[in-house]
Amino acid sequence: MRFILRRLTFYGIAFWAALTINFALPRLMPGSPLDGLLLRYQDVIRANPSILPTLKAQLGSKDEPVWQAYPHYIGNVFTGDFGFSTAKGVPVSDVIAQTLPWSIFLVGVGFLLSFALGTTLGMFAAWRRGGFTDNVLTPLMMALQSFPAFFLSLLAVYFLGLRLGWFPIQHAYSNETNVGLTWHFLGDAFRHAQLPILIIVAISAGGWLLGMRNVMINTVAEDYISLAQAKGLRDRRVMTRYAARNAILPPLTGFASFFASAVGGLILIEVVFSYPGVGLTIQQAALGHDYPLVQALLLLLSLCVLLANLIMDCVYAVLDPRVRSG
Amino acid sequence: MPGVSPQPLVELDDLVVDYGRVRAVDHVSLSIRPGEFVGLAGESGCGKSTVAHALLRILRPPGEIVSGRILFKGEDAAALSREQLRRFRWRNISLVFQSAMDSLNPVMRVGDQFVDMLRAHERIDRSQALARAGELLELVGIDRNRIRAYPHELSGGMRQRVVIAMALALSPELIVMDEPTTALDVVVQREILQEIEQLKREFSFAVLFITHDLSLLVEFSDRIAIMYAGEIVESAPADALFQRPEHPYTVGLMSSFPPLHGPIVRLTGIPGSPPDLAKPPTGCRFHPRCPHCTPDAPQLYARQLSERPELRPIAPDHLVACHLAEERL
Repeated sequence: MRFILRRLTFYGIAFWAALTINFALPRLMPGSPLDGLLLRYQDVIRANPSILPTLKAQLGSKDEPVWQAYPHYIGNVFTGDFGFSTAKGVPVSDVIAQTLPWSIFLVGVGFLLSFALGTTLGMFAAWRRGGFTDNVLTPLMMALQSFPAFFLSLLAVYFLGLRLGWFPIQHAYSNETNVGLTWHFLGDAFRHAQLPILIIVAISAGGWLLGMRNVMINTVAEDYISLAQAKGLRDRRVMTRYAARNAILPPLTGFASFFASAVGGLILIEVVFSYPGVGLTIQQAALGHDYPLVQALLLLLSLCVLLANLIMDCVYAVLDPRVRSG
Repeated sequence: MPGVSPQPLVELDDLVVDYGRVRAVDHVSLSIRPGEFVGLAGESGCGKSTVAHALLRILRPPGEIVSGRILFKGEDAAALSREQLRRFRWRNISLVFQSAMDSLNPVMRVGDQFVDMLRAHERIDRSQALARAGELLELVGIDRNRIRAYPHELSGGMRQRVVIAMALALSPELIVMDEPTTALDVVVQREILQEIEQLKREFSFAVLFITHDLSLLVEFSDRIAIMYAGEIVESAPADALFQRPEHPYTVGLMSSFPPLHGPIVRLTGIPGSPPDLAKPPTGCRFHPRCPHCTPDAPQLYARQLSERPELRPIAPDHLVACHLAEERL
């Protein structure tokens, strides 16, 4: 598949650029982040002297020149050594291992649901343009979408969580639940994820709805739709296999910018719900001057955006035969 | 055709189609006999494609049939239920569209586009349907293995052949061809037309051939109807129309393309542009562009400006809607 290979090369270069910016950023900051850290966390560093070289490679120090630090840093990243979280006192990789799955769960489920809901509603809205779905749901979803994520989260916490008591309002699972692969734990985790996922769906489904609707209104005017109707196909089949199947392609390409902004919203949603994912961690790390952790998480987020794009490219190639051969 | 002409296969009876406040088809009557090749010609926007869409009842909102009837073998197609209408489409009337490029679903294999059509009408399993699709492709000169191709992997001419093969699949009595060769180059155009002619002899379906290019109709049509601004202005057997065009618009259309034989003549075309159907001209709709509409003949001029000419026979089977032709009688 030449198409996928070409995209892979592109993402490789993009990742390298992200890596380099990540490497350069602390070095370009006024003052020396390293000196500050060394000063503040003397005890931690004295207890774990082995973390010092990694810290130096990450944040820059006077006794290691850039041309040495750069390969050192890249080597560390590829061996999963992101240094030591100064605020939490554990390796950054451990923090990531604990927080990343929660965020992937939240974003993954939220994204898939909002995509499925938004495109399905968009399809109906375009097919029966000016019908119920189009006249009621389209403006409603647009309105929801225009709320800031944190504001909607706060409203949901107050009304749905506190006043009505329908949903747990914080954390990923109850304090008394033991973490493990048990039905009890999974059910509990799911209950706690409901409200944040609801918020993700509420703020992002409108975008999918509108994107799908607007593209499909044009698709419906295509000759192959008329021909499909003339062929005597059932209405539903023309709507799904002919109109929606083609209309879904352009919104998918808009996925990149959508995902990037969703990650920004995620940080705030996790903060509101005290959800122990990457977003909450990044906020805490930034407030606590935990440079190694912030640096690693930012790199991770850019990697996630690239990865999500790569996955979408593959999906696109599967869905559109013209891309595959092009 | 000697003796009594058989019952018409399709009869448009006083058909009116509106798009909102625009009347695209204005009291059009047209009949097509079994096995007949009928040409429908006119400029872009004259409502000829709307006639095709109305026939299969695939008009898009706001387009709707306001009045008139579409009779198929004497039965009113408007009275069909949803499911009857679905079965009627393609089984009785199939359609070949203007641009081959856009009439196939780009994300579906060609074979699958046959399969879903066949399975919408017949109890047939996928592999049998694909085999049928292969046979149909061979009928129009395409390798049967191309059922696995996507539309973008075929040339324009091949795509149009695919659609024609598809149109033949259920042996319909009528195939409506809406500018089927417009997007193709001249050589491919002729090839496809000859192929249609040949298939027509083999399967004896009727054709309603819609085009803006009157020259295409010369050798293939039995009868030709000329449409202008939503109305049929002239209708006659093909040779009668070519030898003795009555309506000034028909004459104009005919002088818009070069004759194949004979001396070189200057192409005159038709001055002006088609009228805005939201505000059609009063009287004869062609009068603003008509070379015979001048104040020199005050009585005729007054009629041309105020009175709509009716479609009247001036010879057996030759109908014209023109004040001038009426005067000449």
